[in-house]
Amino acid sequence: MFGKLTLEAFKHDIVVMGGVVTMVLGLLSIVFLLTYLKRWRWLWKEWITTVDPKKIGVMYIIVALVMLLRGGADALMMRTQQALSSGASHGFLNSDHFQQVFTAHGSMMIFFVAMGLMFGIINIVVPLQIGARDVAFPFMNATSFWLFLAGAILMNTSLVIGEFAATGWLAYPPLSELAYSPGVGVDYWIWSLQIAGIGSLLSGVNFFTTILKLRRAGMRLMKMPLFTWSVLNAMTLVIFAFPILTVTLALLALDRTIGTHFFTADGGGNPMMYVNLIWAWGHPEVYILILPAFGIFSEVVATFSRKRLFGYTSMVFALAAITLLSFSVWLHHFFTMGAGADVNAFFGITTMIISIPTGVKVFNWLFTMYKGRIVLATPMLWFLGFVATFTIGGVAGVLMSVPPADFQLHNSLFLVAHFHTMIIGGVVFGYFAGITYWFPKIFGVLLSERIGKYAFWCWLVGFCTAFIPLYALGLMGATRRLDHYDASLGWQGLFIVAGIGVVIIMLGIGLQILQFVVSFFERKWNRDTTGDPWNARTLEWATRSPIPFYNFAELTPVSERDAFWEAKQKGIDLHKPKTFTDIQMPKNTPIGFIIAMLTLLIGFAVVWHIWWLAIVAFLGVVTAVIIRLSDDETEYILPAADVKKFETGEQPA
Amino acid sequence: MTKKSKLLPIVLILLLVGVVAMFAFKGHIAIFEPAGTVAAKERNLMIFTLLLSVIVVVPVFAMTFFIVWRYRADAAEEKGREYKPNWDRNRVVESIWWGIPCIIIVILAIVTWRSTHELDPYKALNSSKKPLNVQVVALQWKWLFIYPEQNIATVNYLQIPEDTPINFKITSDAPMNSFWIPRLGGQVYAMEGMTSELHLMANEPGMYTGSSANLSGKGFAGMDFTVRSSTERDFSHWVETAKQTRHYLTMDEYDKLAKPSEHNPHYYYGSVAPKLYDTIVNKFMAHEGMSY
Repeated sequence: MFGKLTLEAFKHDIVVMGGVVTMVLGLLSIVFLLTYLKRWRWLWKEWITTVDPKKIGVMYIIVALVMLLRGGADALMMRTQQALSSGASHGFLNSDHFQQVFTAHGSMMIFFVAMGLMFGIINIVVPLQIGARDVAFPFMNATSFWLFLAGAILMNTSLVIGEFAATGWLAYPPLSELAYSPGVGVDYWIWSLQIAGIGSLLSGVNFFTTILKLRRAGMRLMKMPLFTWSVLNAMTLVIFAFPILTVTLALLALDRTIGTHFFTADGGGNPMMYVNLIWAWGHPEVYILILPAFGIFSEVVATFSRKRLFGYTSMVFALAAITLLSFSVWLHHFFTMGAGADVNAFFGITTMIISIPTGVKVFNWLFTMYKGRIVLATPMLWFLGFVATFTIGGVAGVLMSVPPADFQLHNSLFLVAHFHTMIIGGVVFGYFAGITYWFPKIFGVLLSERIGKYAFWCWLVGFCTAFIPLYALGLMGATRRLDHYDASLGWQGLFIVAGIGVVIIMLGIGLQILQFVVSFFERKWNRDTTGDPWNARTLEWATRSPIPFYNFAELTPVSERDAFWEAKQKGIDLHKPKTFTDIQMPKNTPIGFIIAMLTLLIGFAVVWHIWWLAIVAFLGVVTAVIIRLSDDETEYILPAADVKKFETGEQPA
Repeated sequence: MTKKSKLLPIVLILLLVGVVAMFAFKGHIAIFEPAGTVAAKERNLMIFTLLLSVIVVVPVFAMTFFIVWRYRADAAEEKGREYKPNWDRNRVVESIWWGIPCIIIVILAIVTWRSTHELDPYKALNSSKKPLNVQVVALQWKWLFIYPEQNIATVNYLQIPEDTPINFKITSDAPMNSFWIPRLGGQVYAMEGMTSELHLMANEPGMYTGSSANLSGKGFAGMDFTVRSSTERDFSHWVETAKQTRHYLTMDEYDKLAKPSEHNPHYYYGSVAPKLYDTIVNKFMAHEGMSY
């Protein structure tokens, strides 16, 4: 009846139990709060059934921040273990649990934090920035988000029911095959990524189409804001890369469930095939995350320097070059797998070539500031922190792109420090800059600058304290993923310092949460009524504050690159529409939510081999899709008269 | 905010990192203290690459500080510094930052091509001495070293003669692993059913730590091994002593050894079943009900 699921799956040791209790209490308090405030109907009407990309974006970011807490807690556990577990002491985690923790940390941070922040910001900003009222496929967009959430829920379920993979975040076979990982951990990993990955692929198609088809009249490709360009490139990568992930995971799932031999060592399988395939997705994935962050910085630097972005054409070509090259470097993740010198040298050189367009971008940002008027607001601080850390991380990257150097640095903590420099200093700092920058656009309230700056400094100091020791440890020969090491190696001091760094970063996260709370309670004083609090340049700021759900009442054609800035220069007020027309808007629907929750059931059922449930849930998905497809009235008309009332401040009946 | 308070956090970071480094830094920076030919060349290559990168990094840092300092809004307004809000292109400067990195990468590419071929782990090392062959098997969770010519085997302990090229043949009878002796040279993966190769040479007698650099399951952290490089005489002497050991690595004994175990002590076998290594590599070629 319940497949492999027995009561055994609910038994945990004391450390895991702590996590389970925290999570269950957290959920219960949310349920209580919603009931107490009588907000269930509101939740359903305003959020669960919504197809408004702005709201979907907000939900992405909320989920990502919650997952950041989970991933951060994992990081804290890992570093605590490593600070303690030297010589005779074995720390507080056993090795199996430690391995589950770092696997969860990596998977969570990439798939649910970084991807979540990215899609959140894209959802909020892209339609606005291209002057559109919506995305190309609003229903599919909602479905993508709910699939993303379903993946996140499934991964977190593994904490309560059963176990998680102990294989590292990319689950290399043969370790991840049944022979060495017979439990359900790897299945949880496969199916949560599979579900979230399909959501990402759908989003990729959606935003690719949105940018190509829904731009405001007059916004030719070479007049698009840089953030939109970066998203177009990132979504191209999503469309090409994510199918590889889907197939790879599916093959691994087949190996584990029906006994095929794609990646096993015996039976004619080949684990090296998996390593190639997973990185053929995995390397572009890194650029999927970083390109939109580059885009955000391009907007932030121009706005806060009160100057046009320097070298726009260079910037666009640099993005395109990175996008193309990102598919030709995957082998640098395994120079040590025994490929010949020709192959290794080729991939080493393609890798270092990527540093050229990346460097060009940095110099263009610097020259955007040159002869400008630089306002050091919080988003700008994140940018400067990014320049400092990213440059160092880039040097480490170039170092490792030389194959013989990589032989010494591969799988060491030097590598770990390198990619955290790129992902924290680049991706995370970028998205935090974006959240601070666009927050007033969505909520009509400015975030507290003072707390924001404190949070930034905690992150930067914490980051240096946590990762500089790791660079050193890597050079001392410390490999990654060690739950214990010999005292004579002399590593403990540096591990303790790294642990302190994590605590400082956690303090930064705490301050960011405080920032949201304080800004909420001080919203009367922080309110932005102008719609353009930063004196910005691009179209998303040409909307009123608070932003109406249809974004723009009037679709005035644009003629310049920084369309909003140029309009301001010419004295045209884009915030005040002159004519009103009927607006076609998509209707809310719960079907995206339903499909995703049924998919979550399929995932859970497959993990535990509860086949009847998987079939029932699958039929449910098919039914939901048919219902949606047979609905001919998915849109409605918002009459011009109502638009006028919204715009002039009266509430329409 | 005053200038002082803006600089304060930066100074604090530097201080913190400096102090911490002084107190926390113990032990050796293995990669920068090579004890072998390969490791020494790899270190020199790293230092060369780092120095080359400095050509780009220093201007970036200098320009960032200079520009932010000079053009931050309040100071720039006050001192009436130039403001060119619509200046957004300059062929010359853009050519410089496309061009110089291109040149650097061309240089680095040439160096990479050459060094990758020179330091190819599969390439035998030049030496007048006859190389020593060692077969390496990664197990759950220990390393088995077979000396085919000496007909001995060891667990988690590798003794080698100095100044003699060592030809490693590496495989795994367990999840994928990576064979790494940082002070002698870079690593290579150990994989089931396959042989990978690595050539190293120690330049001086000494004790070095070897590690398993790729996650291979529960006992992976305890899978480090000791490498002892000694004079040739010591080595021959050690081989003779090992031969006296009355443990023999027969097929049955190997099957017992291959069962998962953690933190294995050093262990010697006085003789080894013939063609044991080949048997281990080939066992994945056959599969129940299938033939190739």
